[in-house]
Amino acid sequence: MSEEQFEPKIVAFLCNWCTYTGADLAGTSRIQYPPNVRIIRLMCSGSVDPTYVLKPLLDGADGVLVGGCHPGDCHYQSGNYKARRRVVALKEILRNAGIDEDRVWLRWISASEGQRFADTVTEMTEFLKEKGPNPMRKEWAV
Amino acid sequence: MEQEPRIGVYVCHCGVNIAATVDVESVAEAAAELPGVVIARDYTYMCSDPGQNLIKQDIREHRLNRVVVASCSPRMHESTFRAAAQQEGVNPYQVEMANIREQCSWVHKDEEKATEKAKSLIASATAKAARLDALAEREVEVTPAVVVIGGGIAGMIAALDVADTGLPVYLVEKQDHLGGRVADLNRTFPELESVSELLEPLIERVQNHPQITLFLESEVTQVDGYVGNFEATIGTRANSRMNELNEQSTQVGSIVVATGYDVFNPDRKPEFGYSDYPNVITSLEMEERLAEGDLTVNGRTPERVAFIQCVGSRDIQLGNPHCSRVCCMYTAKQSRLVREMLPESEVTVFYIDVRTFGKGSEEFYDEARSKGVRYRRGNVSEIYRKRSDPDRVVLVAEDTLLGQAIDFEADLVVLAVGMEPRDSASKISQLLKLPRSADGFFLEAHPKLRPVDTAMEGVFLAGCCQSPKDISDTVSQAKAAASSALIPLIRGSVPVESATAVVNEDLCAGCGMCVDVCPYDAPALDELWGVSRINAVLCKGCGACAVTCPAKAIRLQHFTAEQVLAQVDALV
Repeated sequence: MSEEQFEPKIVAFLCNWCTYTGADLAGTSRIQYPPNVRIIRLMCSGSVDPTYVLKPLLDGADGVLVGGCHPGDCHYQSGNYKARRRVVALKEILRNAGIDEDRVWLRWISASEGQRFADTVTEMTEFLKEKGPNPMRKEWAV
Repeated sequence: MEQEPRIGVYVCHCGVNIAATVDVESVAEAAAELPGVVIARDYTYMCSDPGQNLIKQDIREHRLNRVVVASCSPRMHESTFRAAAQQEGVNPYQVEMANIREQCSWVHKDEEKATEKAKSLIASATAKAARLDALAEREVEVTPAVVVIGGGIAGMIAALDVADTGLPVYLVEKQDHLGGRVADLNRTFPELESVSELLEPLIERVQNHPQITLFLESEVTQVDGYVGNFEATIGTRANSRMNELNEQSTQVGSIVVATGYDVFNPDRKPEFGYSDYPNVITSLEMEERLAEGDLTVNGRTPERVAFIQCVGSRDIQLGNPHCSRVCCMYTAKQSRLVREMLPESEVTVFYIDVRTFGKGSEEFYDEARSKGVRYRRGNVSEIYRKRSDPDRVVLVAEDTLLGQAIDFEADLVVLAVGMEPRDSASKISQLLKLPRSADGFFLEAHPKLRPVDTAMEGVFLAGCCQSPKDISDTVSQAKAAASSALIPLIRGSVPVESATAVVNEDLCAGCGMCVDVCPYDAPALDELWGVSRINAVLCKGCGACAVTCPAKAIRLQHFTAEQVLAQVDALV
């Protein structure tokens, strides 16, 4: 695969109440963004298990996006704070394990921020294109 | 018990909404090859009756036990397809959706890539569907009674509406009397009716109502439970001098919060000299004076009366950017009454904007002006005592319409103080787990469609605890809160979340981390067995405990790690 044609794969874990709905709003508003993202709906960003982030990275996804409600807006009161602490800790672990922690993004996107969702995906896709493919892709391929 | 998954996949064209960008036929063909898929079809409108019938027919003919619909957002039609599947005996929780419209065809133009993405979203949904468990839809019975917190006009109206249906109401008031802040007012706007004539019959009805149990000098000290089955502890002051409380607990099905507001303390704007000058008073003190018919200050009848609007409202520096919604009208009322009482006086209102939006309010404001009340647009920045006449004060202001700085002399200054969230709002918020909006007032579940509901099911808001409002709006909201509070009680049972977290007791070490992390107190340690047990009725299914559990003994049903990781596998 040549560098020009590289299309990053992004797995996104979005909370049902804010970011997933924000992504829906981007749809109803017909805001275009790169098709590189694949969304998995969860009820809360606070239910994102570290393995959910690790597995796609080890399997060769180029980036993982975790989307939750803005601080103070969590449908479950504090799930997004839990997500934030977990992602910080996880990045530390990734760094120590030699996995590029910049491939993991945590963003607060509300149900009314369709544009922000589209912008985030666009930005992340560009960022990952710049960065190049996840080396795990090659290493884990038989 | 585990049935082999037999999955039907249904790809919707949504007219051209999906089909114009995504090659739906090739998507359906690809879906047919996925593990567990028995049949895959595409159709113009899956949500239409013929579309649903197609699914139902396949469930019968192909003995499907899972359904995947690739169409719009699950927020749109998940309930439609769940109901259709359920009619044919498929558990509604074994229906999964792939969102190929909002999150694919509407946001991507490249047909090839959109088609490829649709295929992988369906693969992901199908992988999850194959692992979905059947969940029971559950209902619990309710206790048909209501506790109303706050005995102001909102609380009394809500209590009466509930009690008039014949259900018991516990009305809890902090003070030793009913009436709340409204009792401090003299006349209503724009009707100029006597407040006491309005309030007294209401208070009497509340006191004598056979279904209302009144708790004065009391507060709700603890609330446990959930919608339909709350246990509220009411503490009554045993002795008015001491803080000792006699507590008793009551079972109720819903809770109405009508705790009202605090009045802005003008000492927080020291430049107005409220505590320094006897001729600077608040609008509430003005109500009292108007009721007594005595406007003399420093022993003389005021010749020049000034009103200052937006004191403590629309003031970002004070942390109150909100409008208190009543000050424009009560200022129009008071200024007009002053003109009527003292026709010789000069009455001037300093305002930022005049907002008289209620029924009959703009007409009332016009009349105040036609009666000689002068309105000057501009902020007052300072008030000081006049040197040559210490009984007078001078207002330093800017008339923003004339673009002039002015020194305005007055014998009496009325500060139109605004409304703030109660000091006790944070306590109530913790007690009932009620979120608050940025302004500090309690947050409604939806600003348009669920204005009296809260994030806590079974807890409803009435009156100024939600945001500043006048008596009419407060009463409307109180009536709305009462009828919403009655819904679960009349229904007799409440549905509870099925996708809850469950503990595998064989793996649980009883460490209690789930207990710490749960915002709803759903898990509790069973001391005898040394394991955690989750009260499914309290659980909202957020999944925080499942991630936290170091033994991975907790799984969040419908979003299990196995299901999510299978989705990841299908995608990467």
